Amino acid sequence: MKRRTLMKTSVALAVSVSAMASAVWAENPVLKIGFVGVTSGPAAAWGISNQRSMEARADWINESGGYKIGDTTYDIEIVSFDDQKDPKRAIAGMEKMAQEGIHYVVGPNVDDGAAAVRPVAEAQGIMYFPYAFPKELYTAPASNAVLGMVANYQSGPAIYKYLRDEKGVQTVAFVAANESDPLSQRDGGIEAANALGLEVVSDNVTYQVDTTDFTPVLTPVMRTQPDLLVLSGVSPANAPQLIRSARELGFQGVISTETAQDATVLREGAGDLANGFISVGGASTPEIASDDMKEFVKRYTDMFGEYNDESNTKVYALEYILATLNANPAGIDDVSAFQTTMDTFEAPNPFMNGDAKMRYVGSTSFGQKRQIAVPLVVNVYQDGKFDTLFVAEVD
Amino acid sequence: MEQILANGIYLGAQYAMIALGLTLIFALMNVLNFAHGQMYVLGGFVTYTFYGQLGWPFVLALLASCITLAVLGALIERFLFAPVIRRSNREESTMLLAAGLAFFFDAVILLVFGEKQRGVPKIVDGVFNWDFKLIMPYDRILICVLAILSIVSFILFMQYSKTGRALRALAQDRTAAQLMGVNVARYSMIGFALGAMLAGLVGGLLVTITGVNLGMGGPTSIKAFMMVMIGGAGVISGAIAGGIILGFMEAIGLAVLSQYGDITYLLIFVSLMIFLAIRPQGLMGKPWG
Repeated sequence: MKRRTLMKTSVALAVSVSAMASAVWAENPVLKIGFVGVTSGPAAAWGISNQRSMEARADWINESGGYKIGDTTYDIEIVSFDDQKDPKRAIAGMEKMAQEGIHYVVGPNVDDGAAAVRPVAEAQGIMYFPYAFPKELYTAPASNAVLGMVANYQSGPAIYKYLRDEKGVQTVAFVAANESDPLSQRDGGIEAANALGLEVVSDNVTYQVDTTDFTPVLTPVMRTQPDLLVLSGVSPANAPQLIRSARELGFQGVISTETAQDATVLREGAGDLANGFISVGGASTPEIASDDMKEFVKRYTDMFGEYNDESNTKVYALEYILATLNANPAGIDDVSAFQTTMDTFEAPNPFMNGDAKMRYVGSTSFGQKRQIAVPLVVNVYQDGKFDTLFVAEVD
Repeated sequence: MEQILANGIYLGAQYAMIALGLTLIFALMNVLNFAHGQMYVLGGFVTYTFYGQLGWPFVLALLASCITLAVLGALIERFLFAPVIRRSNREESTMLLAAGLAFFFDAVILLVFGEKQRGVPKIVDGVFNWDFKLIMPYDRILICVLAILSIVSFILFMQYSKTGRALRALAQDRTAAQLMGVNVARYSMIGFALGAMLAGLVGGLLVTITGVNLGMGGPTSIKAFMMVMIGGAGVISGAIAGGIILGFMEAIGLAVLSQYGDITYLLIFVSLMIFLAIRPQGLMGKPWG
C-alpha cells in the first residue's frame, strides 16, 4: 500500500472510530439535575459538600452505564449554580434551571434562599430539595419543596430529652450566629427546651459569622454556668472555635448542635477539646453504613481528595429524586406526577445496612409528605471520629 | 473590666497587624487592595500546611508564610499592578484588578486547600485564669505578644532602615522621592511585598487561634478597610490606632451589650458613619489625601 493511501485509510479509520465512540457515548440521553446553593464565602462548606456529593454519585452512576427510569437509561448531569448565600442570586439560579428545562433541583442551603426561590419553583414546575427549616416551605399550600434533612425542631427535642434523661442536664444556654437560619434554629431550640422543662439560662448571645475570636462572645454565657451549651445552627467553620473557646473558658458541661459537622474539621480545630460534642449526622458511622455508602465515600475521596462527613446526609437528595422518578417515569416532565408518587413511594435505602427504606415523611411536622426520610443519627465526637449515640426516625 | 481590657488588647493587636499591610500598600501605590483578606487566608494556609500537616516547627512555618506571601506580593506588583498603573491613570483599573485577584485567590484556595475549616495544633497549652476575673489561654497571650512585637519591629524598620526611609519618602511624595534618587519601581515592589508579607504573617499567627477557611478573606478585607478608614488611609500610625479602636469597640460591645443581641457591629457601623461624616479623612489622615 502506498504511503498516501495508508495515511488516508488511517485518517478515515480514526474518524470512523471516534464517530462510533461518540455515538456509543451519546447513546444514553442526559437527565439534568440542578443544584442551587452556596459554594463560596464562609458557608461554602455546606453547598460544596452538596455539589460534590451529587457529582460523585452522578459520576458513579454514569460509569456504571447510567440510571434506568422506565424503559430509558439516562446519564446524569449535575448543573450547579453558586447563589453565594444571597436570595437574589438563588432566584437567578432557579430561573437558570428553568431555562435549562430542569425540573429537579437540590438546594438552596439556607432559609432565606429557600423561601426566595419558592415562587419561581412553583411557577416553573420545579421540585426543589432545600436544607432549610421554615415549616411554611413544606406546609400546604406550598407544594414543591422537600426538606432534604432532619430539621432542628425534630432533632433538638430528641437530643435534649436524651441529655436530660441520661446525663442529668437541667440548664441550657443557646448561642447563635446573627443570621436567619441559626436564629430561627435557636428559637426552635428554646421552645423545645422549655417544653421539656429545662431551664434556659442564656438565650440572647449572638455572634457575627466572620468572628475570629469567640472568647469575648462566650464569656457572658459561661458566667451563667449551664449544663448544656447549644450552638444553634452552627456552621462547620465556627463549631471548632466555639468549642475550643468554651472549653478554654472552663466550661465542663455538654456542647451540642443540630447541624451536621465534620470530624476532621473538629479534630484540627479543637482537638481533644471537642470530645463529647454532640451533633446530627447521616448514615456513614460504621454501625449503619452499607457497602454502597462505603463505596460512595471512597469515590468521593478519590474525586475530591478528602471526604466531608456532611455528605452522609447530602448523598440522599439525588438518590431520592432518581428513585422516585424510577417509581413513576412520568415525573420526568411532570412534577405533579412526582408529587403524587411521593405519598406512596418506598424503596430500599442503599446507604444503610439492614432493611432500611427510602420514603417521604413529614406528615407530623408539615401535614404532608414533604421531607426525605434521612435517618436521625445523633453522633458524639470522640478522639477524631464520630460514634453513634442513638438513631431515630422522623415522621 | 479586666477581661474586657485583655480582650481589647488582644483583638486590637491582631486587627492592627491586618490593617498595617493594607495601609502600607495604599500609601505607596494608591491601590485599594481588595485581595488583602485573601492574602491573609493564604498565609494561614501556608502555616497550616507546614506546621499542621508537615510537622515543621511553628516558627519555620510562620517564616514560610512570610516568604511565600512576600514573593507572591512582589510578583503581583511587578507583573500585574505596575503595568496597570503605568498604562492607566484611572484608579478603578487597580481596584478592578485587586477585586479580580481576590476572586482568583478564592478559586485557587478552594482547589488547593478545599472548602473545609482548617486548624493546627495549639502552640502552647493551658489557660491563664486570675480568679475568673481574667481568663485568657496562653496561646492567645503569646500571639498577642508576638503581634505587638511585630508591630514594633515594623515601626522601627520603617523609621530607621534605609528601605523604610525610602518607602516613607515614596508614600509622602512619589515625584519628590524619585527626584531624590529613590528607585520608585524597586521600592514599590518591596513595599507591596512587605504589605503582602504582613498579611501572611498575621494569617500564620492567627491560624493557631482561629483556624482558617476559604471564606475568611472577604470579611477580613472589610474589617481591614474599616480600620484604615478610622485611622486614616495610608497612615501607618492610623492603621494601628484604627485596629486598636476597633478591637476595643468589639470587646466592650460584646461584653456590655450581649444581653441585647448582636448589636455591637450595628453600633460600630453607625459610629463609623457618624465619625466619617465629621472627619472623612479618619483620625490621622490628611484631608487632601
